[in-house]
Amino acid sequence: MVASARRRRTGLAAWGFALPFTVLFAVFMLVPVASSLYMAFTDMQGADLRTPWAVNFVGLDNFVEVLGDPKFHQAAGNTLYFVGVAMPLTLAIALLLAVLLNSGLAWFRSVFRVGFYAPVVTSIVAVAVVWRFLLQPDFGLVNSTLDVIGIEGPRWLTDEVWAMPSLIMMATWRNVGYTMVILLAGLQGIPRDLYEASAIDGAGAVRQFRSITVPLLRPTLLFCAVITGIGYLQFFEEPFVMTQGGPLGATNSVAYEIFNQFGFGNYGLSAAMSYVLFIAIVILSYLQFRLLRTEK
Amino acid sequence: MTTTDAPLAETHRRRRFTPRSILLNVALLIGLAASIGPLLWMVVSSVKPEGEIRQFPPTLLPEQFTWSNYTDLFASLNFPRYFVNSVVVALLVTVGSVLFSAMVGYALAKLDFPGRRALFALVMGTLMVPGMVTFVPLFVLVANLDLINTYAALILPFLAAPFGVFLMRQFMLDIPDELLDAARVDGAGEFRTFFAVVLPQTRPALATLGILTFLGSWNNFLWPLVAVQNADLYTLPVALALYSTGQNTVQYGLLVAGATVIVLPILIVFLVLQRHIVQGIATTGLK
Repeated sequence: MVASARRRRTGLAAWGFALPFTVLFAVFMLVPVASSLYMAFTDMQGADLRTPWAVNFVGLDNFVEVLGDPKFHQAAGNTLYFVGVAMPLTLAIALLLAVLLNSGLAWFRSVFRVGFYAPVVTSIVAVAVVWRFLLQPDFGLVNSTLDVIGIEGPRWLTDEVWAMPSLIMMATWRNVGYTMVILLAGLQGIPRDLYEASAIDGAGAVRQFRSITVPLLRPTLLFCAVITGIGYLQFFEEPFVMTQGGPLGATNSVAYEIFNQFGFGNYGLSAAMSYVLFIAIVILSYLQFRLLRTEK
Repeated sequence: MTTTDAPLAETHRRRRFTPRSILLNVALLIGLAASIGPLLWMVVSSVKPEGEIRQFPPTLLPEQFTWSNYTDLFASLNFPRYFVNSVVVALLVTVGSVLFSAMVGYALAKLDFPGRRALFALVMGTLMVPGMVTFVPLFVLVANLDLINTYAALILPFLAAPFGVFLMRQFMLDIPDELLDAARVDGAGEFRTFFAVVLPQTRPALATLGILTFLGSWNNFLWPLVAVQNADLYTLPVALALYSTGQNTVQYGLLVAGATVIVLPILIVFLVLQRHIVQGIATTGLK
């Protein structure tokens, strides 16, 4: 009797603690998640904003339209291009920096660490202002530097071929520090004596990197690959603030297209697109778990 | 967890100047220049006059120093208002979201209640749902609650953060039950136990989560962009983005000054608290 009364009291108090979060979570997370699934199968338009229950079910029409739309194909291709290049690039540079910082030879380790991380905490909008400026074809710092060594730089953001590499460069610059910090923590988990023992056996730095660092860091590397990949799949802010998806759709991404369709008032279509993106993200995470499992 | 650096050992260790270490440090310095160069250049350009910013070849240091970009920015673009909006929104989101995360995290870690497993499963399940997937239905919802163009629209959706709950719960699992029992034996009620015993124990987690939440809110862009059309409610990133992509002729001086106003407070917060941030990232993987 006493025990159950006490238990009931704990139950009430516990819900007292859980309630503020749970209410907000239900309203602003569970309802949108559920209703995006609902919207994806309807013909909801901007005009239906106040009557979301009065829309027509259209089955898989939105998905059929999305998957058959050349504009979406271009956006999906651009997104894969971006993820496929920016993700390995970010990982490689971050790994290089983390290994250099961890080698014990770096003079001002915390200065470097803070410096490499600084771009991560900056607002993308501010970053865009700076980079649009750096990449400005006529007086930007990048092209004037190239000019010094006799290369005529491209018209970065307005050139169909160079616009995407510009955004890749910028995103990599901004995200390397984040990945580097996680890799650095992973590197510090590798026992020092492994390196010492292998040095006695005559292994050089490259051999150590290949035979000790990479295998032992693999779970961390995979984690970084997935986190970065998920972030990059949602590539939106860079094209929004730098190119508006142009020139000629060359930097239009899936996330930017979701935003565009939302802007046009095609809510159902936009929701369907966001599910396609979500499925891509789930597949990527699933692949990671598979890779991690075969590891063991 | 091993700390990410050992300051004492580092300062007492003699710096080695071998060809290898010099080469390595030169490489790191080049990387550092690439990393913070654009930010330094932004700050420097913000005190150059408009003509000098567009000059070719560009000047490294301002030939003519001027505050006029900042005075123009604050006089012409209503920047004080946007600044206050950003501060108020970020502070309220941070305090509310961290407090609610800690409360529910405590309940999930240390108390038994009906629905506990289901709630935790739902929180974990939504951890992976990206903002891009929910923003359209969230917009429809917020519109139907008549919250478009209100501060509530900028704040409420961010008060329930699944990752914060996960983080706080993990941290609180490590608090010994004996400590809580002792408080209860001494006659403290559940709320007293939470505020006087549990919260002080979780200070490192609260600090990390608080800083990261503040950064996230300060830099948030997509949601404020769609949730408010009333210029009085713009946050700094929205105001700057709309100005910089606007049809009107854009002044570069105002743009870099605006960018500096957004970035500088964050960089200062970051420099002061970087140990928390970097370790928080390293342990949680939360951006």
